[in-house]
Amino acid sequence: MTDKIKVAIIGPGNIGTDLLIKALRSEIIEPVWMVGVEEASPGLQRAREFGLKTTAEGVDGMLPTLVEDGVQICFDATSAYVHAENSRKVSELGAAMVDLTPAAIGPYCIPPVNLEQVLAGGANNVNMVTCGGQATIPIVAAVSQVQAVPYGEIIATVAAKSIGPGTRKNIDEFTRTTASAIEKVGGAEKGKAIILVNPAEPPLIMRDTIHCLTAETPDEAKITESVHSMVAKVQQYVPGYRLVNGPVFDGKRVSVFMEVTGLGDFLPTYAGNLDIMTSAALQTGETIARKLQATSVA
Amino acid sequence: MNLKDKKVTIHDMSLRDGMHTMQHQISIEQMKTVARGLDKAGVPLIEVTHGDGLGGNSVNYGFAAFSDEEYLRAVVDVVENAKISALLIPGIGTVDELKMAYDCGIGTIRVATHCTEADVSEQHIQYGRELDLDTVGFLMMAHMISADELLTQAKLMESYGAQCIYCTDSAGFMLPDDVTERISLLRSELNPATEVGFHGHNNLSLGVMNSLAAMEAGAARIDGSAAGFGAGAGNTPLEVLVAVLERMEANTGINLFGLMDVAEDLVYPMADSAARIDRDALTLGYAGVYSSFLLFAKRAEKRYGVSARDILVELGKRRTVGGQEDMIEDIALTMSKEGQL
Repeated sequence: MTDKIKVAIIGPGNIGTDLLIKALRSEIIEPVWMVGVEEASPGLQRAREFGLKTTAEGVDGMLPTLVEDGVQICFDATSAYVHAENSRKVSELGAAMVDLTPAAIGPYCIPPVNLEQVLAGGANNVNMVTCGGQATIPIVAAVSQVQAVPYGEIIATVAAKSIGPGTRKNIDEFTRTTASAIEKVGGAEKGKAIILVNPAEPPLIMRDTIHCLTAETPDEAKITESVHSMVAKVQQYVPGYRLVNGPVFDGKRVSVFMEVTGLGDFLPTYAGNLDIMTSAALQTGETIARKLQATSVA
Repeated sequence: MNLKDKKVTIHDMSLRDGMHTMQHQISIEQMKTVARGLDKAGVPLIEVTHGDGLGGNSVNYGFAAFSDEEYLRAVVDVVENAKISALLIPGIGTVDELKMAYDCGIGTIRVATHCTEADVSEQHIQYGRELDLDTVGFLMMAHMISADELLTQAKLMESYGAQCIYCTDSAGFMLPDDVTERISLLRSELNPATEVGFHGHNNLSLGVMNSLAAMEAGAARIDGSAAGFGAGAGNTPLEVLVAVLERMEANTGINLFGLMDVAEDLVYPMADSAARIDRDALTLGYAGVYSSFLLFAKRAEKRYGVSARDILVELGKRRTVGGQEDMIEDIALTMSKEGQL
């Protein structure tokens, strides 16, 4: 049996912790480091309980032993502000970076659409866009793979309890990054993203609506088939990804209504936005790890 | 109730909230004509934006006949005394659009969030202040939380730099006592230099009454619109409010007959039918549902054969918030599937 590839997670908040729980189940990667900035942070404490090495000194606290500890992939779940520095530091030491912040230094990665292509391009930093992007861009791509989409729009509605202070402080990053990835990965000529926060109790399960405007009259049969097949692909790594309604055809408008239930690893199952992000990142990390394993065997 | 000599800043919504009534199809000429009329009648503040604020142009909310930039540039040029404001809902619009509106010459930016989510407005409010704009925090669907909870959110917006905080009755659900309780608490607990405002919808025919209650409790800014043009059954009809305030000898600075003429001769003729308290609009106020959902529910009723009232009641049960227009077609589809079983 090939050895698991060792990884580090930077940022012990909601996203980092959920990713850690998922990564501990992985047969391909093994989390060995959790990096934070506050000694008292419950996320670091939890990581220690799982047997990880931790530091509260940021990435600098891990760098001296990164190579020695065999870390080959880092997941950054901090913020767009510090990501650039983190990325530069770990890539100098040869580790690949999976970026869960909206910094988007590396190419956007939506696994069922372009993961292979991004990795084939040799990127050592890949960006996971946003939770809303992971939930909706596969559908935009499913439509644009059938026919030209001059305009793609997504509306992501998330439970207030499922988004942390970082996202709230910089909500424009969400709309900008998602809109841009709708174009670059989704294949729409123009992208628009809307995020809505709903505080209802009990918290609502993440909802996502995708509207595409096609150039020509939509081919209903082909688009429906393409959407169903894409939903099945996402379900392979996010089982709670569910088509609620659609595709609905209204002139040149194609609309799809999705719901994303999480696995309930760290936050409860309503936080499908958290799951789809961490699951996509894990999928990406595992694919990079498989390539590393293949190289080392060769 | 004594409002004698009370000073209030009246803010017209007919060219922003009224965009909902017009499905965002107001022409540039109509915008200019109405704004000029309001300005001449002495209305000090006029809001001009897509009904859902800057960046609202979308499949989800409807594409306006013109861009926000085209509307703003046209209107800023025709008013002499009035200041123009724009609305921005973070999550829909961004600071890029705020900058655009600033470049067009707005004087006021109103940053709107759901009443419990003030912390998504920090970057926009701070940017408004950096640009030296009159910056307002606009807490929507304020009926959904208690006065105390509203105050907590208001203080957040105040801490980011908002100079005025609105209690916004987006569903037209509040009763006068609800308004009094919220505005009184905001007025007594916020910094004295921070103004308090009230934005009503007329779904229960309480627009004018609630505005009076707000003024009595200390609100210094009141929203309404000429001819009541606005989402749902419309906003507080301004010419009616101003007539009442004149009889109460409050100080609006507005020429009542001038404003009546704007409503009658310029605003009413824009629409085939004025906003009225029909069955569905009344349901908004009764069930506490975001007023802009009205026309979407009516369209879903036509397309899917599900009653608009049932859709609106379901939206209320699910505690939907402003902006969730996408849920209307979704719910209608689900209801129509269930109806076929």
